Amino acid sequence: NKYNTRFISTDKIPPVFLCFRDRKEWADLEPVPQDDGPNPVVKIAYSEKFSDVYDYFRALLKNDERSERAFALTSEAIELNAANYTVWHYRRVLLQALSKDLREEMRYITAIIEEQPKNYQVWHHRRMVVEWLNDPSEELEFIADILSQDAKNYHAWQHRQWVIQEYKLWDDELDFVENLLEEDVRNNSAWNQRHFVISHTSGFSDAMEREIQYCLYQIKKAPNNESAWNYLKGILQPLGLSAQPGLLERVLELKQTHCSPYLLAFLFDCYEDALENSKENVAEEEQQKTLKKALEICQLLAQEDTIRKEYWLFLGRSLKNKHGSSDPSDEPLADDPEPSVPVSEQQEMS
Amino acid sequence: MGTQVKDVIIKPDAPSTLLLDKHADYIAAYGSKKDDYEYTLSEYLRMSGIYWGLTVMDLMGQLPRMNRQEIIDFIKACQHECGGISASIGHDPHLLYTLSAVQILCLYDSVDALDVDKVVEYIKGLQQEDGSFAGDKWGEIDTRFSFCAVATLALLGKMDTINVDKAVEFVLSCMNFDGGFGCRPGSESHAGQIYCCSGFLSLTGQLHQVNADLLGWWLCERQLPSGGLNGRPEKLPDVCYSWWVLASLKIIGRIHWIDKAKLRSFILACQDEETGGFADRPGDMVDPFHTLFGVAGLSLLGDEQIKPVNPVLCMPEDVLQRINLQPDLLS
Repeated sequence: NKYNTRFISTDKIPPVFLCFRDRKEWADLEPVPQDDGPNPVVKIAYSEKFSDVYDYFRALLKNDERSERAFALTSEAIELNAANYTVWHYRRVLLQALSKDLREEMRYITAIIEEQPKNYQVWHHRRMVVEWLNDPSEELEFIADILSQDAKNYHAWQHRQWVIQEYKLWDDELDFVENLLEEDVRNNSAWNQRHFVISHTSGFSDAMEREIQYCLYQIKKAPNNESAWNYLKGILQPLGLSAQPGLLERVLELKQTHCSPYLLAFLFDCYEDALENSKENVAEEEQQKTLKKALEICQLLAQEDTIRKEYWLFLGRSLKNKHGSSDPSDEPLADDPEPSVPVSEQQEMS
Repeated sequence: MGTQVKDVIIKPDAPSTLLLDKHADYIAAYGSKKDDYEYTLSEYLRMSGIYWGLTVMDLMGQLPRMNRQEIIDFIKACQHECGGISASIGHDPHLLYTLSAVQILCLYDSVDALDVDKVVEYIKGLQQEDGSFAGDKWGEIDTRFSFCAVATLALLGKMDTINVDKAVEFVLSCMNFDGGFGCRPGSESHAGQIYCCSGFLSLTGQLHQVNADLLGWWLCERQLPSGGLNGRPEKLPDVCYSWWVLASLKIIGRIHWIDKAKLRSFILACQDEETGGFADRPGDMVDPFHTLFGVAGLSLLGDEQIKPVNPVLCMPEDVLQRINLQPDLLS
């Protein structure tokens, strides 16, 4: 759920939890109850352990106490609510003030992340500890383990990109990405990482043919794969889709056996690029043929991918407006109303 | 064709009419129920929780049911010496909660409850050399925080206090090969981050830098056969993406690329007829976060029972008109 709440696993609660208010070594501290503001209108019920721990946390914070017992209490507070960023801040202050063993802290944060991998605070905390230690040696393996449980964990991927870039750990990353794509070729995060690695290492010029082959190979395995097609278009876009020799033919061939809306959209993009960048010696007739093929694709997609009908009709209209001849025998696109450009102030009717 | 692997199936008996009264009752009562473990656990985001609740109540014309003075006093107690505002009393300041606090005070026309100059100083102090913004003194960088910074400053009329050009440069460096944006340069495109970056570029007058057709295509690809929207490829739909995706499309002038009727029926199906409120997807537990974004999404789709919502700031349009803030949108 939104608040990332979790129930404490019963094997972590000691047989009897002794409240802090009953512990004699805490007797010197006055617990600070929750303050919901000057005139609280709500009566709030807390679980006993939660209110006990947090009452003492507030007391420590108020006194800015820098002690081992404070540090121990942050662990309790985190156990109850790992999203509470103020507790993490305080823990970091204590880690430094008490010169705590950072390797032990790495073990701690590893365990916490394994339990609660979708939490901003835990990952940022780990990053800070890695920075303080200046030691990334465990990171790639750790992140790989988290990704093996959820291959799209956004936080995990951020952390991975940071580690790789900061400590220049590029060498094995392309292999790592390929393994993930073998497991799930639709993993958009892995495709993004592929782009990340190649951009920062070899670049795309020499690698282009290899990357095209790779994409087409993956597409054959799973034709309806938005990520693979986005990637292919993304890497070719800077040079222009029609600049790549033989690409159109390969895609047309693929169309026979592995068609998909993405393939058709890509074909359209190829035709559009050809029209935009046509050389002077390309005959008008040739241009109009290309345009016709592109418009047919839009028609087809508007009928098949009906949820995005408006987009496909838009594409056809735009292309026609730009490159259409003034030939009156031109057929209008079926089902093609006049475009209504939404004006920014208006709310549209559903 | 185009079969998606991941989606939900909406049951035939799912809610199909808008239950505004139930939602208003749900929000009005939130936090006063006996079993409030969830409420307690969410204390670390309380300021945003209040912003979600108040905004959705205002959109439904029900703002008077909330406790204006208590909330203003609460916000005052959350402003720290450094100028930043925390999620709740006794918590540390953060950009996220600074924005939420200023949004709330704009709803209540009470921005003077804060030391505005100090807020501005706090935000300015979080800008990094590369133009990015940290969320707080601990240094986490994220385009969400770029958005929080400029949105807060825009609401206060103090945008010129930061290095806008550098801020823009950083956000643009987060634009990906698919036209989308992530949280840092190289991060995967994600609808939530795209919303933040589109909103940022709107507020800084830089929407022309967006590839609107390419991004619009990526965004309308978020719509699944159920009608719902996901946040990136191969993920389940979630009603909060009715906001992140839809608002982004509205900002870049491509909202008509979504099948509105299908989206509307998905959003309505996320309502809980018994408790009121919206859940992330049909049948799940409701919460104020998803309730706001469900209602705001319906507003963007043109539901006349709901006040018009501004797609950049997720606040009622009439509030922004009052303070004369009309961020750019592409057409």
